[in-house]
Amino acid sequence: MSPVTPSVTVYVPGDSAARSVGADDVAEAVLRAGARVGQPVHLVRNGTRGMLWLEPLVEVVTPEGRIGYGPVEAADVDGLVDAGLFSGGEHPKRVGVIDDLPWMTSQDRLTFARVGVVDPLSPEDFLTHGGLRGLRRALDMSPDEVVEEMTASGLRGRGGAGFPAGIKWKTVLGCDEALKFVCCNADEGDSGTFADRMVMEGDPFLLIEGMTIAAHAVGATEGFVYIRSEYPAAVATMRAAIEIATWHGWLGDGVLGTSLNFSLQVRVGGGAYICGEETSMLESLEGKRGEVRAKPPIPAIHGLFGQPTLVNNVLTLTSVPAILADGAAAFQALGVERSRGTQVFQLGGNIRRGGVVEKAFGVTLGELVEHYGGGTRTGRPVRAVQVGGPLGAYVPPSDFGLRMDYEEFAASGAMVGHGGVVVFDDTVDMAAQARFAMEFCAAESCGKCTPCRIGSTRGVEVIDRIVAGENPDENLALLEDLCEVMTEGSLCAMGGLTPLPVRSALTHFAGDFLEPRIRPRRPLPLSTAQRTDTT
Amino acid sequence: MTTTEPQPGRTVTEVVTDTVAALEGQRGALLPILHAIQETLGCVPREAVPVLAERLNLSRADVHGVVSFYHDFRAEPAGRTTVKICRAEACQAVGSSRLVEHVRDRYGMELGETRSDGALTVDQVFCLGNCALGPTVQVGARLHGRVDAAKLTQLIDSAMAS
Repeated sequence: MSPVTPSVTVYVPGDSAARSVGADDVAEAVLRAGARVGQPVHLVRNGTRGMLWLEPLVEVVTPEGRIGYGPVEAADVDGLVDAGLFSGGEHPKRVGVIDDLPWMTSQDRLTFARVGVVDPLSPEDFLTHGGLRGLRRALDMSPDEVVEEMTASGLRGRGGAGFPAGIKWKTVLGCDEALKFVCCNADEGDSGTFADRMVMEGDPFLLIEGMTIAAHAVGATEGFVYIRSEYPAAVATMRAAIEIATWHGWLGDGVLGTSLNFSLQVRVGGGAYICGEETSMLESLEGKRGEVRAKPPIPAIHGLFGQPTLVNNVLTLTSVPAILADGAAAFQALGVERSRGTQVFQLGGNIRRGGVVEKAFGVTLGELVEHYGGGTRTGRPVRAVQVGGPLGAYVPPSDFGLRMDYEEFAASGAMVGHGGVVVFDDTVDMAAQARFAMEFCAAESCGKCTPCRIGSTRGVEVIDRIVAGENPDENLALLEDLCEVMTEGSLCAMGGLTPLPVRSALTHFAGDFLEPRIRPRRPLPLSTAQRTDTT
Repeated sequence: MTTTEPQPGRTVTEVVTDTVAALEGQRGALLPILHAIQETLGCVPREAVPVLAERLNLSRADVHGVVSFYHDFRAEPAGRTTVKICRAEACQAVGSSRLVEHVRDRYGMELGETRSDGALTVDQVFCLGNCALGPTVQVGARLHGRVDAAKLTQLIDSAMAS
């Protein structure tokens, strides 16, 4: 019998971001090169490690650990293999053992502990790396005890609003109805955020575990994951994971041999940004226009189909298993003031090292942008950073000392939101960014309340007049008045927070409005498809 | 993405009726039904609305209201090649507006337009979740990161040629 070459395990991410820069071609090239040199390859399509500037990041399992190479192009693969890729050989693209890189070791990865490490749809990988520990412990506890643990952890909703999760859970638990729902808001429409997508593509069982713990805690029997249609890979991965989890008895009737019955399904959105607002999402789940509901009644009491409903964001629900597995105290020990635990910061836009940094609250904005992010991709100075999505403020580098803390950001007229950080260099025209905030609101407003529906269109017009030099003082006063009306008079955060980026641009970059940097500007018209919905 | 032509022998009414029958058991089934119809027909044609209303015991206005609320549902099929350019902030920060101008200059198309021969639809999208590797463009079902004007031309031309 001839000796058989043992196979080598190679990881090439199957995450959408990695695939957008050629990971599929790299994976094929690795298999071809393995065949060429007679080396059997066990190829795993993992999630991404979150070091997106290194994608496609190829990792090879060696006795020293998983050695990474990146960014790899398909054309590099033959050269890499000849340099000893399969045994972790030297090459200019070798970045070393990924788990030992300071960028990685200095993070506090709780939610993202398995993302990029495991095969996303392998139940064995999930269990080997601590999966179900949280759910098993929760099922040994009473619902009241689980809710108490959540309250003690200090976890606040990661979707942006930062509402204490324990209070919401307690409200749903306190309702007597037999039919309750757990709904996961995976309508991650904010620019600069991609962590929901990455965790759903990279560790889907984690979300299932978190939702099942929630179902046990609040007494729900049915759950929905509402995923935006722009995320087809996340939809496919979550659906496959639900099927596998149900087959293993982690979902369905009698979860893990207990009396808990919980069924879960994925719903796909319709390309409406507003459905990321929780009441609008519930309307959409009911098969209606995604129009915002007035609160009260709150969804916890009168939610989906009028039943008590727990609505939490993906990152809130995926924080739950770690809290239950290791106890509230461990989670609570991280963070500062009333911002406890970790936040998954997402570095995007014009940034050299973009990706995911999961850190305890209290890290400064400057550390994220300069230390982790390495400044701009273009190499030019940073001029502004938008934190917390399209409805978040633009922050100048002079405020980089701000700590990531809900209250500290709010006090300075900004918001942490969901931790998205979008970097702009010094070529940015901040009047154009302010105009875009209004334009985006006009395109995506659900139309229910006037300040948002009409105010946003008027906002675009007023900014255009200011930039054109028409009665700037009067029009600036008008814009300020409009911002106040939108802030105070809108039903939800869409109209209520659109003034935040506008006002921050005016505060920190007033010159851009009065001495336009690029003139004449050719405004981009709304596309016809968008326009028909906003009249 | 090439859109599916209505299958020969199946009218819009038949497609709608079959889709409703398959999915109406779900709670709040209208969105899944509309997605399934669009998957089959490439759009949600106007004549589907009264059929849906009747089958689901809703008013025509209600169904029309839902279909027209969501950007995803089209009244007519998209072009054989569809291109979506992300115009959200993270992609703006790395020059997505240049891609919009490029499409205007080279292909003579504005966002939201379908070419008269049905070969190409160009649309805007606000965020594809690829914010660290922008500008991002989706051609058909496929996502592309770090796209510049030259790459966009190559992506569009090769998609249209295939």
